[in-house]
Amino acid sequence: MNPELQGRTFPPTEPYLVGREKVREFARAVFATNPINLDPEAARAAGYADVVAPPTFAVVVQERTLAQLLAEPDSGIDFSRVVHGDQRFTSTRPIVAGDLLTATLTVSSVKTLGAHSMVTAESSIVDASGAHVVTAISTLVVRGED
Amino acid sequence: MPAFDDLAAGDIVAEQSFALTRDSLVRYAGASGDFNPIHYRDDIAHQVGLPGVLAHGMLTMGFAVQPVVDWAGDPGRIVDYQARFTRPVVVDPKLGAVVQVIAKVGQLDAESRAARIDLTVKVGDETVLGKAQARVLLD
Repeated sequence: MNPELQGRTFPPTEPYLVGREKVREFARAVFATNPINLDPEAARAAGYADVVAPPTFAVVVQERTLAQLLAEPDSGIDFSRVVHGDQRFTSTRPIVAGDLLTATLTVSSVKTLGAHSMVTAESSIVDASGAHVVTAISTLVVRGED
Repeated sequence: MPAFDDLAAGDIVAEQSFALTRDSLVRYAGASGDFNPIHYRDDIAHQVGLPGVLAHGMLTMGFAVQPVVDWAGDPGRIVDYQARFTRPVVVDPKLGAVVQVIAKVGQLDAESRAARIDLTVKVGDETVLGKAQARVLLD
């Protein structure tokens, strides 16, 4: 992996419009049963504009930034050797259907441990007004040659 | 809605088992957009040296927090959530896999009235998510 990736910031992704049915589809896929995830009426009663996405939904938006990283010509990352090491979501507010989200990726660290390398990618996700919604942080482990 | 003042470190707040099948993986692939074939094709999983088709790590992370969401009563109360993918979850085409989640109070922050909920996530005796922690805002 190219150590010079550390500190690199990528251009913001195309805006992602969070659809109500996408939130419900994702919620069902992660076995969410809370009505605030599924029922717009229940979400409004709880003070939200529409259904609220599950805590890990940001991965759908973050994925677009990881694709940027893997497509970077000088990254030196072999996609077939990438393993997801860890993941974190730090939210200012939950994602709600109707949000228009943009993600900006920064590579916060690149480390080599023996034959393996580890890259930590932070995707800061903001809404249409530019306000922070959630930061999704992934550590990807790139396995060395066997 | 759980009250902050009623909690003590070590309390078990939720416990749930999830029965995964290959259908669960296909559904998550479609919902998340992660179409890596190791999550639905045995031949490719074996080709890359895996013991079988694996659940997406993000699927396991995604459902493991649901008992906490139900306990908290509102998904918006989960303000931070992290996990390490320590061991893959192999999903047998016929038998599937059962993942057990236990959610316990790890730490209480009186100033922000937030609880750190620690998740134990296992298949049989094996831990599949490490350092799985959710920070939950309470009343």
